Amino acid sequence: MTDMSEIASLEARLAVAGDVPGASGGRLEARDVSAWFGKRLVLANVDLTMEPGHVTALIGPSGCGKSTFLRTLNRMHELVHGAAIGGEIFLDGVDIYGPAASPATTRRRIGMVFQKPNPFPTMSIADNVLSGLKLSRIKRTDAGDIVERSLTRAGLWREVKDRLKTPGGDLSGGQQQRLCIARALAIEPEVLLMDEPCSALDPGSTRRVEETIEEISHQVTVVIVTHNMQQALRVSDRCAFFLADENEPGRIVEAGSTTQLFTNPRDSRTEDYVNGRFG
Amino acid sequence: MTAIASPERRATRHLDVAGLAQAGACALMAVVVTALLFAISPLDGTLGFGLVAYALFLTAYAGVLTLTIGPLKRNDCLATVIIASVALLTFVPLVLILGFVVLKGVPGLTNAFFTQTMETVGPLDPPDVGGARHAIVGTLQQVGIAVLISVPFGVLTAVFLSEFAGRRVARVIRFLVDAMSGIPSIVAGLFIYTLFVLRLGHGFSGLNAGLALSVLMLPTVTRTAEEVLALVPGSLREAALALGAPDWRMVVRVVLPTARTGLITAVVLGVARVAGETAPLLMTALGSDGMNTNPFEGQQSSLPLFVFKLIRNPLEGQVTRAWAGALVLIAIVLVLFTVARLAAARLRRETR
Repeated sequence: MTDMSEIASLEARLAVAGDVPGASGGRLEARDVSAWFGKRLVLANVDLTMEPGHVTALIGPSGCGKSTFLRTLNRMHELVHGAAIGGEIFLDGVDIYGPAASPATTRRRIGMVFQKPNPFPTMSIADNVLSGLKLSRIKRTDAGDIVERSLTRAGLWREVKDRLKTPGGDLSGGQQQRLCIARALAIEPEVLLMDEPCSALDPGSTRRVEETIEEISHQVTVVIVTHNMQQALRVSDRCAFFLADENEPGRIVEAGSTTQLFTNPRDSRTEDYVNGRFG
Repeated sequence: MTAIASPERRATRHLDVAGLAQAGACALMAVVVTALLFAISPLDGTLGFGLVAYALFLTAYAGVLTLTIGPLKRNDCLATVIIASVALLTFVPLVLILGFVVLKGVPGLTNAFFTQTMETVGPLDPPDVGGARHAIVGTLQQVGIAVLISVPFGVLTAVFLSEFAGRRVARVIRFLVDAMSGIPSIVAGLFIYTLFVLRLGHGFSGLNAGLALSVLMLPTVTRTAEEVLALVPGSLREAALALGAPDWRMVVRVVLPTARTGLITAVVLGVARVAGETAPLLMTALGSDGMNTNPFEGQQSSLPLFVFKLIRNPLEGQVTRAWAGALVLIAIVLVLFTVARLAAARLRRETR
């Protein structure tokens, strides 16, 4: 077990050499990350590097700690009462849990899209997009441009450009989720974390969101948690397979390029999982 | 092109004429039998008549239902009847009170009632001389002061309880607020009386009345606001925090706006709680017959004090004025309710 995760982490670190030329975005590096809820250890010794220009997918059965890991990456984990974390997470070489970093500034650089679309119901579509700037008191004179650019990047502009003043809650579920993506992109984060962003969406909306991920992946480092093997295969360049044995914390079984993980997995459990034999 | 027959709607609920007739017959029978019973026996009284008739009706109806639709559906029917009649019963006092006050109060609603005070009114003057203008102004000012004090404090306390306080601290504060809501209103009045009127030498004033009312209003506003804030989905808070918002910006820009219709309700409930309070005003505003538009100095009247003072008077004209005052007090609260409801509905329509 330990050997396997060490091999996996070695893999992940070796992969640092594989930067995509011309891609911008932040490099996230998790070193020996563990997480607790109260006394219960739910995630142990995770090493993973998420590189600019790559989409990293976190896969694994329910309760394996992949969502918890995602939430440690922008300090959302600590919002839960009694939650704790161990290890280090570096954003472009600086520890986001270090004394110089604050949760708010970290979250401004590492955006997040949630499982269920959660646009602010009291705000119009345009205000939703700008809400991140307003919430962190960033004054911008080109608000109109930001709205158009962010909605375009999220693939929603053409559908809503004539009704920017209507409430965000009036949109369909798929549109709401893309609005949330636009909202996260408007503050120009270096990394975008997505926690099963399509699990509440229909196939058409899912396809639009996946196209959006593809388009933004050159400017933003994307990390996505998904239960859907096909989706991981479609959108991600790199994959990390999480697994938790009964009453054991979740660990990374195997991490590497998506093609390798799906076609030639090193670990038999990975093979079983990606072929749908459990989970 | 063939004409398509337009589809026809089918009724899914049918008016059960036979069933209603059964119930009606049973009710009639019950009343008649009770009347006979009361005629031949020494039984007496309206309440007793109603109870006996109702018991007879239920027994007879249960018997009829057992014969017609069987015991299982009978229980269902009986439960419906009992629940409906109890619901109707709770509605009766409300209608009676409102109707009574309207009946008694309308004759006193003259033009003078809204434009004049009681300063120069003699005891035998007819109702079209003298009015409650001073009392209406007093009530509006005193309740307004109470709102100005308890809404900010109440909402901020609620925000602290729901967003920032740890579980143990929240429990202690919640307990204190609940205890505060149990303070008898006369005790709140005594508190302001000894502290502000006597000790600090402010004398009687509308401001002191507003302070006493705010003591009573604060727990209502706090607890209602807290419950409303708890209804704001946690996912919205997470969304705001994930965008890099500091806690207080999240509260101001996301949580409070999302809860705003509920917060309006909290304020309305608070106002309804104190608008009719009389006891604390006796010791703080004291009441007056003349107009005093300055709430910071001097005795001031209010509608409850106006009613309290005049209803004890044996003279017809004064009693009529008192009822008119009660009616206006109800109307003011009703108008506030309606305005708040409309505002809330409008906000909801805008945002959904």
